[in-house]
Amino acid sequence: MSPNNEHEPRMELSYRQINRDLLRTMEPAGRLYYAVLGVDLVILLWGIFAWVYQIKTGIGVTNLNNPVGWGVYIATFVFWIGIAHSGTLISAILFLFRCHWRNPIYRTAEAMTVFALLTAGLYPIIHLGRPWLFYWLFPYPQEGHLWINFRSPLVWDVFAVGTYLIVSCVFFFTGLVPDLAVVRDQADGWRKKIYGFLAQGWQGTDRQWRHYGSAYLFLAALATPLVISVHSIVSWDFAMSVVPGWHSTIFAPYFVAGAIHSGLAMVLTILIPMRRIFRLEAYLTEMHLENLARLIILTGTIMAYSYGTEMFIAWYSGNIYERETFIYRAMGDYTVAFWIMLLFNAVIPFLFVFGRIRRSIAWLFTISILINIGMWAERFVIIGASLAHEYIPFAWGTYRPSWVELSILAGTLAWFFLWFLLFAKLLPVISLTEVKELVPPPMRGGSHE
Amino acid sequence: MNRETVQILGIFAHLDIFTQAIREMRRLGYNNLTVFSPVPRHEIEEALEGEKSPVRLFTLSGGILGGLTGLILTIATSLHYPMITGGKPIVSIVPFLVIVFELTILFGALATILGMLINIRLPRLRLRPGYDPRFSEDRFGLGVRCAGDEVQRVQDFLRRAGAEEVRHAGD
Repeated sequence: MSPNNEHEPRMELSYRQINRDLLRTMEPAGRLYYAVLGVDLVILLWGIFAWVYQIKTGIGVTNLNNPVGWGVYIATFVFWIGIAHSGTLISAILFLFRCHWRNPIYRTAEAMTVFALLTAGLYPIIHLGRPWLFYWLFPYPQEGHLWINFRSPLVWDVFAVGTYLIVSCVFFFTGLVPDLAVVRDQADGWRKKIYGFLAQGWQGTDRQWRHYGSAYLFLAALATPLVISVHSIVSWDFAMSVVPGWHSTIFAPYFVAGAIHSGLAMVLTILIPMRRIFRLEAYLTEMHLENLARLIILTGTIMAYSYGTEMFIAWYSGNIYERETFIYRAMGDYTVAFWIMLLFNAVIPFLFVFGRIRRSIAWLFTISILINIGMWAERFVIIGASLAHEYIPFAWGTYRPSWVELSILAGTLAWFFLWFLLFAKLLPVISLTEVKELVPPPMRGGSHE
Repeated sequence: MNRETVQILGIFAHLDIFTQAIREMRRLGYNNLTVFSPVPRHEIEEALEGEKSPVRLFTLSGGILGGLTGLILTIATSLHYPMITGGKPIVSIVPFLVIVFELTILFGALATILGMLINIRLPRLRLRPGYDPRFSEDRFGLGVRCAGDEVQRVQDFLRRAGAEEVRHAGD
């Protein structure tokens, strides 16, 4: 039970101090918080305005047309689904592997999963010409006699992303319940009522802990194959079609690795400011950030290998369309995005092999942002460049996002951070219970470990 | 549980003393114990020797039910609207397995939560009598249910076992 290797910190804190330190993050917010919230809301409103404009005017206000019918919207959808993945990696997969260093960071990572999915879920709907008919995606018998094609990856996607969203919310909330009980017990007035309601009467009895522990384990065990299936299925949205640059068997593992790569970077991007603002250095130590950086080296290696394989096969297969697509990606209209992708995802992350860079907060933060940009560029290159340059030169075209698409992109980014800002003030951002599990329990006969 | 029993609550500050007290109470024949703790600890589980949680059976049944739902949904819907595309069979099992898999996970997860809620009798709006807010902070609680005439005895035992506070928990 007790963590005892060099990558697992030992914390010498009392249970009471943990409660006090970690609930401090929920104290009334200062001016800075409201200023950031205000800016965020303005961007969000601008995004909503752009979407309303798109609905009223028609999907033509985007630059989506033949041949590029999937652009920023679908690229960003894939990007956010990917971001979600590392939250589940940290909360479920590292839980199954008994990596105790995950305990203080998992709450934030899991919250990121839920919020990223809430953001991703908007995109297929935004992308629809008639968004009010989105429920046609659901396979139920209805008057319009829609044909539900279960052989289509787009239908699989509905099931995969829907399941992922529901399971992540359930997993997130289950982990929260014991902490909500702590908040209930420490609060008074209306807060006590609301958190008491959310804690559902949790009391920490032996019976509750036993069933809770069992349920948590099984949820983690279910979430693990789920998370791998989700991005595989998202990748099949592309790989199942006969478009050069998409039709490849490497897509599923390549997308899953990319998803975790981008998500780990996003966890760093979020944790670093949070740690500083809430003064959580005692809980989110440099070791935690360093371990995330180590994981990024692993995913970065898989990314580099995948890029290499894709390009090698494009040449070695002798398929002229495939080869032409990759030459176009590197030297055509999307050159900048392509080289950003290669440099930021598969070259710069290797700087983390140097301990000094891995332990420097400034470097960690900078590289994490570069990877975020790089991964978005990757989604954009895969989707945009392949469609722009398919088989017949007659049907080639280029695509640049319009101001409406970019405004909606900014708006949904604000939407993601809006959830995060609310989360930071309304819920414990670090799991009190799981941090308490890390520290030695109070013993009269001294510490027994 | 008849009406004459009462619950006595002992509050402890240290885990080792606490698990010792649980063992002693059980040795004395008091098996109707309620334990409160801020964190799950294996030491407490070992002292109580409780049986395995049945939540796993809920997970299994939910998963099986989800898988079957997926099969029936895809096959029945396709047979109901038979349209051949790409020369593929109407019932194409391989792609349908994707739906089967997703629904297995979905139903399995929901059944797990349901199993947990049923087994721990949540949600409830009122807290169980005897609960103390310190239990979510750093204190351990041991509730012992005993007959009315044994109250004094149990209280003495708990005090001797090292409880820093002993009181009636109400019923």
